[in-house]
Amino acid sequence: MNAFLSQVMAGLATGGIYASLALALVMIYRSTHHVNFAQGEMAMFSTFIASLLVQAGWPYWAAFFATVAIAFVMGAAIEVSLIRRLRHAPVLAIVVVFVALLVILHSLAGWLFGYAIRSFPSPFGEAKVAGGLLSPHQLGAIGITLVMLALVYLFFRYSPLGLQMRATAENPVSSQLVGVRVSRMLALGWGLAGAIGAVAGMMIAPVVFLDVHMMSGVLLYAFAAAVLGGVSSAPGAVAGGFIVGVLENLLGTYVVGAELKLSVALVLIIIVLVARPTGLFGKATVVRV
Amino acid sequence: MSGAGDMLLDVRSLEAGYGATRVLFGIDLQVPAGSVTALLGANGAGKTSTLRALCGLIRRQGRITLAGERIDGLATEEIVRRGVAHVPDGRGTFTGLTTEENLRMGACTRRDKAGVRADFERFYEYFPRLHERRHQQAGTLSGGEQQMLAIARALMLRPRLLLMDEPSFGLAPKVVQDIFRIMQRVRSEQQVAILLVEQNASLALDLADHAYLLETGRIVLAGPAAAVRKDEAVRNAYLGGHPA
Repeated sequence: MNAFLSQVMAGLATGGIYASLALALVMIYRSTHHVNFAQGEMAMFSTFIASLLVQAGWPYWAAFFATVAIAFVMGAAIEVSLIRRLRHAPVLAIVVVFVALLVILHSLAGWLFGYAIRSFPSPFGEAKVAGGLLSPHQLGAIGITLVMLALVYLFFRYSPLGLQMRATAENPVSSQLVGVRVSRMLALGWGLAGAIGAVAGMMIAPVVFLDVHMMSGVLLYAFAAAVLGGVSSAPGAVAGGFIVGVLENLLGTYVVGAELKLSVALVLIIIVLVARPTGLFGKATVVRV
Repeated sequence: MSGAGDMLLDVRSLEAGYGATRVLFGIDLQVPAGSVTALLGANGAGKTSTLRALCGLIRRQGRITLAGERIDGLATEEIVRRGVAHVPDGRGTFTGLTTEENLRMGACTRRDKAGVRADFERFYEYFPRLHERRHQQAGTLSGGEQQMLAIARALMLRPRLLLMDEPSFGLAPKVVQDIFRIMQRVRSEQQVAILLVEQNASLALDLADHAYLLETGRIVLAGPAAAVRKDEAVRNAYLGGHPA
C-alpha cells in the first residue's frame, strides 16, 4: 500500500511538470490556434541557460529567476520575429515552421552545450527517494509548480492585463476595437509560455538529468495532458497533467512496465481523440460561417 | 454643410475593398462634433464596409481626419485610442467573459480609475438588464442584451466618435425601441458624435441630424435628416413609400 501511495505521489510530482508544459501549450493554442511543437525544446534550452548560470557561480534562486526572465524574452522574441509573420500562412506551413523550430533549438543546444548528459542541481536536496513517500526535490517541485500555477491563475483571473490577454485569445477583432494592442498580447502570451516551460524544465532536470533530449518524452506527456483536458481549457490542461502523471506511473509500475510507459501517453491521446475529442474540460468549438 | 473646420470626422475619397473586390468608390462624408449622422442604404451598399474602413479593419485609401489629425494610416487600435469606438456588425461580444469583464474591456485603455467606476454606474443605470446579468457569461445573453452590451462597451471608452453598425439588426421591435430610446439619451447626455449605419431608415432619421444615402459604394444623397426624409426616392425605396 505504501508503495502504491508512493507511486501516486511520484506521479503527482511529475504530473505537475506535465501540467506546466501543457498549460504553456494551451496558452499559445488558445491565442493563436497553433500547437507549439517547440515548447519542450524551448524549456530544455532555458534549462541549459540555468545550468550555465549555476556553473558560473550564481546562487540557485538567482539563476532560477534570471532563467525565467530570459525564457520570457526568448518566447516573446520568437513570436515577434517569426510567428507573427505567419499570421496568414496556411496551417501546414505553420506546422512545418514549428517542427523546424524544434529541430533548430535542439541542434543549437547540442552545438552550444554539447550532447553529454549533465546533472542539474535541485534547491531542495536529494532527487532520489530516501525515506518517506517523496524525495525532498519532488516535494519542492510540487510546491513550486503549485505556486506557479496559482500565480498564473491569479494573473489571468484578476489582473487587467490578464483580462486583456483572455479577451485577445477569444476575440482579437473585438479586442482591437476596444484599443488592445493585440500583437503585444500575443508576444506576452509567448513570453509567459516560455517562462512557464522554463520552470518546468528546471524542475524536471534534476530527475531526468540535463541533456538535449530531456524534454522529448515530457512534451509527449504534456500533449497527452492538453488533449485530455481539452486543448482549449487551461484548468483542463493542468488537471490533465496530474492525471497523466499518475496514470503513467501506475500503469508503468503495475501494468505495462517501464518500457511501454511512453506509449501510454500516445494511447491516451488516441483514446481521448476518438472517444471525447473535446477532452474532459474542453468546450466544443462552434465555427460560425 | 459648413467647412471641414468644425468637423470631428472628415472623410475624402475613401475607397476600400476585400482582396481584389472593391466595395467603396470614393466616399466623401463628414460628421460634426456632438451630432448624429446616419448612413443609410440597402443591403450590400457598403455601409458596414465604410465603418470598417474608417477604423482600419479593411484596407482603405483616401483621406480620413479626426479632429484635424490624419488617421487613415493608423492601425485599428491606435484609431480606437484616439477616441473612436465601434459597435460592430454582429455585436463583437467576448462570449467567454462575463458582462462586467466585457465592459471592463471597453475601458481597458483608460487610466482614470474613478471615471471608469462612475461610468460603470452610469451605464448600468442606462442598461439595468446588464447590471442584473453582470456576473453572467456574456455568450448566454439574449441578442438584445448583447446589443446593449456592445453599446455600453463602446461608451466605456468615452469616445469622441461612436460608429454604430445596425443596432436594430435581428431584434424584436420592442427591443429596438428600447435601444433607440437609450440612444436618444446617449445623444443628449454624452459628448459624443455618432455615425449610425441602419437599414431601418425611419428609425435612423428620427435620431439623426444629417444623413447620407449609400448605393453600391457611392454616396448618392446627403443633407439634413429632415430633407433626406422628404426625398421622394428615399421615401419610395427606404421608408416604405409612406409620407414621413
